[in-house]
Amino acid sequence: MAGVAVSTTINGDHVEYLCQPDETLLDVLRDRLGLTGAKEGCGTGDCGACSIILDNRLVCSCLVLGAEAEGRIVETVEGMAHGDQLHPLQQKFLEHAALQCGICTPGFLIAAKDLLAKNPDPTEEEIRFGLAGNLCRCTGYDKIVRAVQDAATVMKKGV
Amino acid sequence: MRYIRPLSIEDAVGLLAGASGTSAILAGGSDLLVRMKGGFVEPDLIVDIKAIEGLSEIRETADGFSIGATVPCAVLGESSVLKKAWPGVVEAAKLIGSKQVQGRCTITGNLCNASPAADSVPALVAAGAKAVVAGPSGRRTIPVGAVPIGPGKTSLTKGEIIEAILLDSQAPRSGDAYLRFIPRTEMDIAVVSAGVNLTLDEHGVITAARVALGAAAPTVLLVEEAAEALIGRKLDEAALERLAKVCAGACRPIDDKRGTIEFRRKVAGVLARRATTTAYARAGGK
Repeated sequence: MAGVAVSTTINGDHVEYLCQPDETLLDVLRDRLGLTGAKEGCGTGDCGACSIILDNRLVCSCLVLGAEAEGRIVETVEGMAHGDQLHPLQQKFLEHAALQCGICTPGFLIAAKDLLAKNPDPTEEEIRFGLAGNLCRCTGYDKIVRAVQDAATVMKKGV
Repeated sequence: MRYIRPLSIEDAVGLLAGASGTSAILAGGSDLLVRMKGGFVEPDLIVDIKAIEGLSEIRETADGFSIGATVPCAVLGESSVLKKAWPGVVEAAKLIGSKQVQGRCTITGNLCNASPAADSVPALVAAGAKAVVAGPSGRRTIPVGAVPIGPGKTSLTKGEIIEAILLDSQAPRSGDAYLRFIPRTEMDIAVVSAGVNLTLDEHGVITAARVALGAAAPTVLLVEEAAEALIGRKLDEAALERLAKVCAGACRPIDDKRGTIEFRRKVAGVLARRATTTAYARAGGK
């Protein structure tokens, strides 16, 4: 069966791929493009482990078809660091030990990036609400919230 | 399976009308892809309607608003004019799913998925919203409440697509509200819900009322007796009690692990009462 030819932009790079019509964008990212940052947790849009930013909107890549990415702009966790320079959120997740097993972490990082882009100075409640589409079964969320608060402070200062 | 992204509504209608086997319309995909993943549906054809011009916009028209079929619920929440005119509709739409789901899900999809527990539907029915249906024999406009005919079933026929939801301009001294009960604080499916839209006269007497209940029957329920209990009165305790009683009585809910029949009836009355109180205040009633 011939695939669907897709031309898109991922983390600033022009990317072309062939995918099956029923293949999710998550599967395309992971299995065809080697971008394994986004994880499959539930596969039904409940856990947020596969979160990406699609045309400036936070979405679950398991609920997007690969074919739908045609002509759109995709941002994944792989685009957050610049070379060896971690994104402030990544740095603060490390410093605050805001992860244990790490499966949910790429989704949290992308969701937090989207949150801070739209609300650079969120309250704790806004952070908890903004990240409520991401499930973590290890940390209890407090460390994640503190890491995001700290990253917001750093990013506001432009450090 | 084929995936096609037509550029016009006519092409989309033609594809669906001419398709053999199972076909599905894709807007936000937050229901469709979950059903595909679960093996509940295996479409032979997916028609992605997001490239069709005009469907991704909220337009202000002479009569009110036209919300295109592919507008994500997150965008409804970002529209200050829509929020001002129809806060109840917007708060209902914003209750659907997480932020990730909000970026994809649509009120048209919520309507066409035909879940009895759909959050936006009671609010839309209370608001008197209409659906613009494009099909092989042209366009027709029908009340939103006429779309779902049973759990997972709609009145749409082969080749038909809802291209927009229409909301009138809100009348002066009017207000709407939506409330649902869920066992968690956020992100769950309504056990029971209520959407209310009221119009008052200069003295705060209710002149028009629409009360719709969700998850209370196989399809959304517009409770005429609830409107009768309110119209011609100010919002006093007697009117609210009567409202709660008729709403509880109108329910034909299921009994399941999320709520018993008795519980759903009781909560339907409570939510109708609270949503009415909010709608009354939004309409300027004191």
